[in-house]
Formats: sequence, structure tokens, C-alpha cells
Amino acid sequence: MSTAVMKITRTETYRTVADALWQNNPISKQVLGICSALAVTVQMNTAIVMALALTFVVAFSNLIISLMRNVIPRNIRIIVEVAVIATLVIIADEVLKAFLYNISKQLSVFVGLIITNCIVMGRAETCAMSNPPYLAFVDGLANGIGYGSVLVGVSFFRELLGSGKLLGFQVVPQAFYDMGYMNMGLMLLAPGAFIVIGLFVWLEHALLNR
Amino acid sequence: MENLVSIFVNSVFVGNILLAYFLGMCSFLAVSKNLKTSLGLGIAVVFVLTITTPVNWLIYRYLLAPGALAWIGLPDVDLSFLKLILFIAVIAGIVQMVEMVIDRYSQALYNALGVFLPLITVNCAVLGASLFMVERQYTFAETVVYGAGSGIGWMLAIVSMATIKMKLRYADVPEGLQGFGINMITTGLMAMAFMLFSGITL
Repeated sequence: MSTAVMKITRTETYRTVADALWQNNPISKQVLGICSALAVTVQMNTAIVMALALTFVVAFSNLIISLMRNVIPRNIRIIVEVAVIATLVIIADEVLKAFLYNISKQLSVFVGLIITNCIVMGRAETCAMSNPPYLAFVDGLANGIGYGSVLVGVSFFRELLGSGKLLGFQVVPQAFYDMGYMNMGLMLLAPGAFIVIGLFVWLEHALLNR
Repeated sequence: MENLVSIFVNSVFVGNILLAYFLGMCSFLAVSKNLKTSLGLGIAVVFVLTITTPVNWLIYRYLLAPGALAWIGLPDVDLSFLKLILFIAVIAGIVQMVEMVIDRYSQALYNALGVFLPLITVNCAVLGASLFMVERQYTFAETVVYGAGSGIGWMLAIVSMATIKMKLRYADVPEGLQGFGINMITTGLMAMAFMLFSGITL
């Protein structure tokens, strides 16, 4: 049993995934991609959809760029990367508009801004340009999920404290409101997001360094 | 005219592209360690935003928007899905030009900005302003004012952050909160201060 676990933890794939999810989480450790991380976290629905869209884009851009890594001339690699990423983002945007129109309206420009999300560019530059397609794809997937976990975590607190709901369903019972409990309006505004993410990172550091 | 002034004030303070819409955070956090560098980057962003947003407006209006191609006899064509890729190409081109100009005239600023100058291309604030301009259906004049206002707002935010960080160096911050954590909380407090401007109408 323990040897099997050892085998798994030693594989390249495992290390890539664990690194992206925990030790080197793109948001809380490398401080990448916060641009869009905060704006979509007022509700959990939007955060989850955004996380899925980003995971899709980063995984496939890593895969495609990794497949092309030997034919891309070094000097123009940035523009090639941007073109690949932009195409994937347009696909994601059009799919959301077609199937999840309401959420796509709420996300407004932030799906488009995945193009300029540093995580996607950063992974393309550091991982996809120097690794085989399979590993790059897994790395992209793991980074997308690592990003998503922070996003969903922040949105959980913001939606719960800000409007007493989770995923749009009321969870704080009416009895609480009758006793004088109030929603925290601050959580719905921009400053709330900054403060929650700051505290979130504090918690994570405290857990990791123990 | 009043409309323009109010768009300007709104984009600098209440609707600050960084503090209210979270755009351009990456370079905001990375470059704000030093006042001089952040001022330099701030100016570069103002410059790039003021040029790219109106240019993107023209491109959107005359090439991409539904019915925009009527002037060459194709009134039914809607290319607006191409706006993402075309906007980012325009931004990349203009950033490249700005980089060459700064390299030529101010070597010191060029060295100080280092890798962050090309990174303005992926500064979400620049693309974000162009996308917001489309979403809010601004006219050309409004777009010019909005682009410049967003840039100035971003510069104001990064410069104030740099000065706060200089003070923070002497503060006793709890261990786990040092670095990223305290920066976010400081930014949050700053965002609150900027929000106080809401409700002012001109």
C-alpha cells in the first residue's frame, strides 16, 4: 500500500499537480492572475464558471503551445502565444454566451480578460515552451484548478457574509434576520474582496508553515 | 461637457479601474515597491491607455461592430467576436512603440521599468478599458476621456500604494500576513477611501 502511494507521489504528474495546487498556487504564492480573481467572486456561480473557463483556456493553451514548441521561432513566441490564448478565450466566451447567457452577462468583460491573465501567459512561457504536451496539459489543468480553488474559497465567504446565500440559495435563516442579524454590505463591494483575499492568504500561510 | 467631466471623475475615483474593477493588479503589486519606478510605470500606462482606447474605439466602430462594415457595402456582417484578438494586437503594437520611444529618450526609465514595460501588453487595465468602452457604448469623445481617466486613476493608485509601502516597512506586521496578505488588505482600505467619492455628481 505504502509503496503504491510512494510510486504515485514520485511521478512527474503528481509533482506537477501538487506543486500547482498547493506549494506554488498561482494566486496565493506566485501572485498571478488576481486581476480577474476578485471581480467575479461576489457570487459562487460566477466564480465557478470563471474558474472553469480559465481552466479550459490554460489547459488547452498549454497543450497547443507545447505541441508547437519546436516550430515557434523564439523571437515571435509571445505573439504566437497570445494568438493561441485569444482564440481559446473567444471560444470560451462564445460558448458561455450561447449556453449560460445570464452568467455571461454578469461576468461581463472578465471572460475576455482571461487573455491578459498572467497565469495563462506565465504557464505558456515557463511550462509549455519546455515540456512535452501531456505534462503541459496536466500542469495547465492543475494551475486552473489551483486558481479556481482560491476563487471559490473567496466567493464562498463573500456570498455567505454579503448576501446570506450560497449558489443563489438563502442559507442564513430568516430567524437570524429577525433577531437583528444583518448582511455585510462591505463584502459585496470591491474593498471586501481585497480584505477577504488578504485574510485567506494569511490563513493559508499559517497552515503551510506549521 | 458635464457628461465628460463626470466620466473623467468617475473613472479616476469611484470607478477606479484598479480599486473598483481589480484590473492591472499584477504589475500593481509587483512594481509598487519603489516610488520612482511606480511613477514611471504609471506614466507609461496613462500614455498607453490614452492612445489605445480611442484607437480601439475606431477599429470597433468602423470594422467590427454589427453593421460597421456598411461603408464597404456589407451591412449584415457582425465581426464583434473578433474584438478580443484585434484589441490585444493593437495594444501589443502600441506598447512596442512606446518601448522603443522610452528606450531612445530615457535609458534610466527604460532600465527601471525592465520587464514590466512589455508586460503592459498583458496589463488587464489596458484591455479592460477597451472592453468596458465597448460595453458601455461610449462615444468617441467619452472614450478619449475615459481612457485618460482610467490611466490617471491607475497611476494614482500605484503611486499611493508605493508611498504606503514605504511606511509599511517600519510596521510590525504579523508573520503570515507579511507580503501579499498585507498588500491586499492595504489595497482594500485604499479602495474604501476611494469609494467615498461616490455620490458626487457634477
